[in-house]
Amino acid sequence: MSEPVLDAVGVGKFLGHGAGRVHALKGVDLSLMGGELVLLMGPSGSGKTTLLSILGCLMTPNDGTVRVRGEPVGNLDPEALAGIRRNHIGFVFQSYHLFPTLSAEDNVRLALDVRGERSQRKAAREVLGLVGLAHKTKAFPNELSGGEQQRVAIARAIVGKPSVILADEPTGALDAENGKAIMTLLADIAKDSSRGVLVVTHDPRIVPFASRIVHIEDGRIVRQETGGEARRVSQS
Amino acid sequence: MSALKFKLAYRNLFHDRLRFVATIVGIVFSIVLVTVQAGLYVGFRRMVTTMIDHSPADLWIMPAGTKCFEDPSLLDDRQRFRALAIEGVVDAAPLVIGYAQWRLPSGTTTPVFIVGSELQGFGVRPWNLVAGRVEDLSIPDAVAIDQSYSERLGVSATGANAEIRDQRVQVAAMTRGIRSFTTTPYVFAGVDRARAYTGMAPNKASYFLVRVSPDADAGKVRRQLRESLSDVEVLTAAEFRSRSRNFWLFGTGAGAALFAGALLGLIVGTVIVAQTLYSSTKDHLSEFATLRAIGSSSRYIYMVIVWQALLSAIVGFIGAAGISAIVVRMTAESALAVVVTPGMTFALFLLTGAMCVASAIAAIVQVMRIDPTTVLAR
Repeated sequence: MSEPVLDAVGVGKFLGHGAGRVHALKGVDLSLMGGELVLLMGPSGSGKTTLLSILGCLMTPNDGTVRVRGEPVGNLDPEALAGIRRNHIGFVFQSYHLFPTLSAEDNVRLALDVRGERSQRKAAREVLGLVGLAHKTKAFPNELSGGEQQRVAIARAIVGKPSVILADEPTGALDAENGKAIMTLLADIAKDSSRGVLVVTHDPRIVPFASRIVHIEDGRIVRQETGGEARRVSQS
Repeated sequence: MSALKFKLAYRNLFHDRLRFVATIVGIVFSIVLVTVQAGLYVGFRRMVTTMIDHSPADLWIMPAGTKCFEDPSLLDDRQRFRALAIEGVVDAAPLVIGYAQWRLPSGTTTPVFIVGSELQGFGVRPWNLVAGRVEDLSIPDAVAIDQSYSERLGVSATGANAEIRDQRVQVAAMTRGIRSFTTTPYVFAGVDRARAYTGMAPNKASYFLVRVSPDADAGKVRRQLRESLSDVEVLTAAEFRSRSRNFWLFGTGAGAALFAGALLGLIVGTVIVAQTLYSSTKDHLSEFATLRAIGSSSRYIYMVIVWQALLSAIVGFIGAAGISAIVVRMTAESALAVVVTPGMTFALFLLTGAMCVASAIAAIVQVMRIDPTTVLAR
């Protein structure tokens, strides 16, 4: 573990307007270090997705500061935030969000294409090889299983070598075997000390892969524990 | 421009083939409609000035208030002599025009439009001859007609006889493609015979076609003609052309109708493409949100949509060009041909592209409202 790749201090967020206004996050502090795989766990409505949106620069906080690789992102406009995302953050979504009209290889290339990078094909094939899909580069999403689609999504997330990987319920749509395979991949990615992986999940089966687990409830971080502690608790 | 952006655009577009076909049909018919209206406009513009275009005159002397070439009125020979007396005027050739009745051997009659010029000097003589020669018109009673009117005039070949104003005529020459937009056939004759056929006195003419000496100042000659001649106008060929076009295209409302048709075509095409792009974008909204979430710039997404619009434009234009070529060929020999020039084709291509890109605005506005957080599970 080394430098924090993502750092949130005192983050607060209101959602909605008028009578429907909700205080979704209340002074959240959270750091993600390079080489770390952190699970963000909590019940529905606890603020997990809102926090993920803010950490992923998809949304700006009302209070507090967020730094990506030490760079504050609080006052950036939407285009600048998009720039931070494409250069420093890789996303893995529960529903994969692959482009159905593009092959696996092209889906991965997209992450490089939005950065204006050349030599995309070679890099995309290499990363697809890393996730075990070297033989499926030309396959379209509808020709792949759920687990394979999520591998393509992971390949897309890591092909640009981002410092931060944010995974939103990555095993939520997968069976146990595929879920385990996906988490193994993410854990391998987190072995690189220049990268941190934050996984939002409900799934207790993936606890063994975590270096740290952060519990959020009602918009607040209520508890943090190391992966070892969590495993001991679950075994006892 | 990355190839992947282009690929994403065309895959999005071709993904729903039925919708794509509907879009292309809309674009094709929109552009065909615009092409036909514009082609008719160009054809009409050419046709209404065809006699002026085929006259070598530097200046046209005509009765004051003449609206167009076909507007028959009278000038006196004395004005011609006055014109010839002005320094710099090489010739002032009489041109006689007028309507007459052509009597077929069967006894039936049909209206014709007589165009009579001096055969030795200069004037408006038949061109595009397919039978006979211009010199043949010097034979007594000789006339030239266009072959497209052969059946209507009861003429199967040169040498055929008929009557105009109870006077014998013999078809000595035939032309190709000299058609009148009024559908009244042109009949070319010598100036004296034309006077006889139109009932014009021998000392009268409809126009005097002035040739100015190359050494003379045409502007000065024109000023002197205006000062010397009363109740006439002296126009350059370009001015007379413009006046004739304005009369037929705008004085009669024909031009406005053609413009309205073209505009309607454009509006229909724009709406069709806009509707398709809008619904296509709506269908792919989650993909655009994903693009935004993974960090694409707004410009990247706009370019995908604009490429979809341009691809539609290219495919639609190719289809429209094919159909338009058929229309042009089919109308080439008709009374009012649809004329499409290379410049027009290029302009129509640009117009198609502009129409499709303008249509993309609604889709782009929709994409601008995308919230990338929608890609996250809630």
